[in-house]
Amino acid sequence: MVKSNLRQSVAPWLLSMPAFVLFLGLLAVPMALTAILSFNAFDGMRGIQPGFSLTNYISILSDSYYHELFLRTGAMALGVTIICIIIGVPETLILARMRPSLQGIFLVVILGPLLISVVVRTLGWQILLSREGAVNSILLGLHLVNRPVQLLFSMTGVIIGLTHVLLPFIIIAIWTALQRLDGQVAHAAQSLGAGPLTTFRRVTLPQLLPGILSGAIIVFTLSASAFATPAIIGGRRVKVVTTAIYDEFLNSMNWPLGAAISVLLLIGIVFVVVGSNKLVERKFKQVFA
Amino acid sequence: MSKLSLRGLSKIYDNHVQAVRDLDLDVEGGEFVSLLGPSGCGKTTTLQMIAGFVPPTTGTIMFEGQDVTRVAPEKRDMGVVFQSYALFPHMTIAQNIGFGLEMRRMKRLQLRDRVDEALAMVRLSGLEDRYPSQLSGGQRQRVAIARVLAIRPRVMLLDEPMSNLDAKLRGEMHVELRALQRRLGITTILVTHDQVEAMTMSDRVAVMTKGGIAQLGSPEEVYDKPTSEFAFRFLGHTNVVTGEIMSRNDRGLIVRVGSTSFSIENGKEHVGTEIKFLVRPERLRIGAADSGDAKGRISTRLFLGGVWLYEIDSDIGQIRVSAQNMGGEHPQEGETVGINWNAGDLLAIAAENANG
Repeated sequence: MVKSNLRQSVAPWLLSMPAFVLFLGLLAVPMALTAILSFNAFDGMRGIQPGFSLTNYISILSDSYYHELFLRTGAMALGVTIICIIIGVPETLILARMRPSLQGIFLVVILGPLLISVVVRTLGWQILLSREGAVNSILLGLHLVNRPVQLLFSMTGVIIGLTHVLLPFIIIAIWTALQRLDGQVAHAAQSLGAGPLTTFRRVTLPQLLPGILSGAIIVFTLSASAFATPAIIGGRRVKVVTTAIYDEFLNSMNWPLGAAISVLLLIGIVFVVVGSNKLVERKFKQVFA
Repeated sequence: MSKLSLRGLSKIYDNHVQAVRDLDLDVEGGEFVSLLGPSGCGKTTTLQMIAGFVPPTTGTIMFEGQDVTRVAPEKRDMGVVFQSYALFPHMTIAQNIGFGLEMRRMKRLQLRDRVDEALAMVRLSGLEDRYPSQLSGGQRQRVAIARVLAIRPRVMLLDEPMSNLDAKLRGEMHVELRALQRRLGITTILVTHDQVEAMTMSDRVAVMTKGGIAQLGSPEEVYDKPTSEFAFRFLGHTNVVTGEIMSRNDRGLIVRVGSTSFSIENGKEHVGTEIKFLVRPERLRIGAADSGDAKGRISTRLFLGGVWLYEIDSDIGQIRVSAQNMGGEHPQEGETVGINWNAGDLLAIAAENANG
C-alpha cells in the first residue's frame, strides 16, 4: 500500500522530468546567466569585468536615447496590436459565417504566414515594399501618390510586416471565444428588440472581449520582442529594443549592456502582460466563471 | 381575428431538407398552444419562423391582422425563452431582465419597477446583482422567463424551456408557468417533445410530424380521440392488439378480438382478414382468468409507486396493462389472468396509416 502510494507520487515527477530539464536548461539557466551578466561591468579595452554593479542599468535609465528606444518599441507593439484587433475582429466574424468548406480554406490562408520561414517571409516583404516594389507600383499606377513612398526601412513597413505575421494569433484567440458563444444569446437580444448593430455592440462584442484581450496580449508580447522583421524591414533606420540588444552583443561586444537592455525589455513585457491579465480577471471573473 | 395566424407556412433549407410543409395554425389571444412532436418534425423551425429568426420559404405569418412574414425579429414584439436560456453572461440578472425595456427606451425608474415586478413574478427577488453563472439551472430558467415577461410581449414563445431541468423541478415549473400564463393572459406557444409537458400546460396541442400538424385539439381530444396512429403512439404508451374481421353488415364490420366481438364503422377490409387495434394500457383491466375478454400470463410486473405495470403474454399479443395502486392484493408474475376492455377504447388502425 505504502509502496504503491510512493510509486504514484513519484511517477508524475518522473514523467515531467524531460520537460522540466529542457525548461531549466534552455530557458531558466540562460535567463539567469543573462541577468547575472547584466550586473557585470564592461571595459572597452579589457572586456567583461566580473562583479556587481548597477552601472548598465543606470546608464540605460538615464539616457534619453534608450527612453526613446523603449517608447518606440512600445508604440510599435501597441500599433501592431491595435491594427490586429481592428482587422482581426471583423475577419474572424466573417470567417465564422462562411460555409464550412470555405472556412477550412480561409483558415489555412490566415495561418499561412506562420507556415513560412521568417526569413523568406520578411525578404518577401522587402521586395514588395521597396521603392520599385509591387506596392509602390500599384500606388503610382493608381495615381494615389506622385513619387514612391518610403516603406522599406520605415516604421510603417515594420508594422505592416509584423501585423501580417501576428494576425493569426489574435484571430485564433477570437475564433476560440466565438466558438464558445451560444448563438441563441444573439437571438435573445434580437427578440428583446435589439437591432443587429446593438446586438453586436451590447451582446456579442462584450462576450468576445476576453478572447480579444488575450489575443492582444500575445500580439503585443511577440511584436515587442520581434527581431527578424524590424531588423530586415526596419534596418538601421528603425532601431527597436531587440535590434539594439543585437548591436550591443555582436557589434559593440558590450554584452553586459545588451543583457541589461534584455532584462529591462523582459520586465517591461511581463509588466504589461500581468497588468492586462489582472484587468481581464477583475472585469470578467464573475461573468465567465 | 386570431392573435396569430400561420397560413401555408413552408421552410426548405439550403440543403433541400423540407423542415415545415404547408402548415396552417390559428392561435387566439391568451391561448396556450403546444407544438408537440419528435425531433425533426419541424416544430422548432416553425417557432423560429414565428420569432423571425428563420425566413419562411413560402406562406405568411399574420400577427393581429398584420402580415409580419418579412418583419425583422426585433420589431415583432415577441418574447422567446430559449432551451439554453440564452442569458447574457456579461450582465447581471437585473441588466438581463432590463435589456428589453432598455431597448424600448424606458425611463430608469420605471424600468427598475418593471424589473422588480418581473423578478417577483418568478420568485427571484434579491438576486438582481448576481451574474447568470452564479445561478442554478432552475433559477436561470426563471430569469429567462422574467426577461420575457418584463417586456410584456404580445406573444411568448417557449423553445423546449424545461429540457435542461431535472424531472421534479420540471413538474413544478409546468404548474407554475401555466398559472403565470393564465394570470397574465399572455398568448403562448410552446415547442416540446415531452407529451406530459404539452398536455399539462396547453389549451390546445398541435401534434406535429414530418413538417406538418397531424392533429390539433385539446389535450383530452388528442389523447383520447387521436385521429392518426402517429398521434396515438406519440402521446403515451400504446398496445397493438390483433383481431379478426368476422362479417360485414350495413353499419360496418363485426370484428372479434380475443373472445369478444363488436362492430366498428366504415371498415373497408375484407372479411376473414386480420385487423389491428391500438389501446392505452390504462384502459385495460385485469380480471379473473376464466371471465376475461382475453387471457394471458403475466411475464413482468413493475411497481412504479402510484401504478402497477404488467407485461402480459396474451392470446392477442404482448400487452401492457397499467393499474392504479389501490392497496390490497395484486396478481403475481407468472399468474394467468384475464384482460378486459370496453370496445370503445379500441382504435382500429385504418389501412392507409397502418404503415405510418
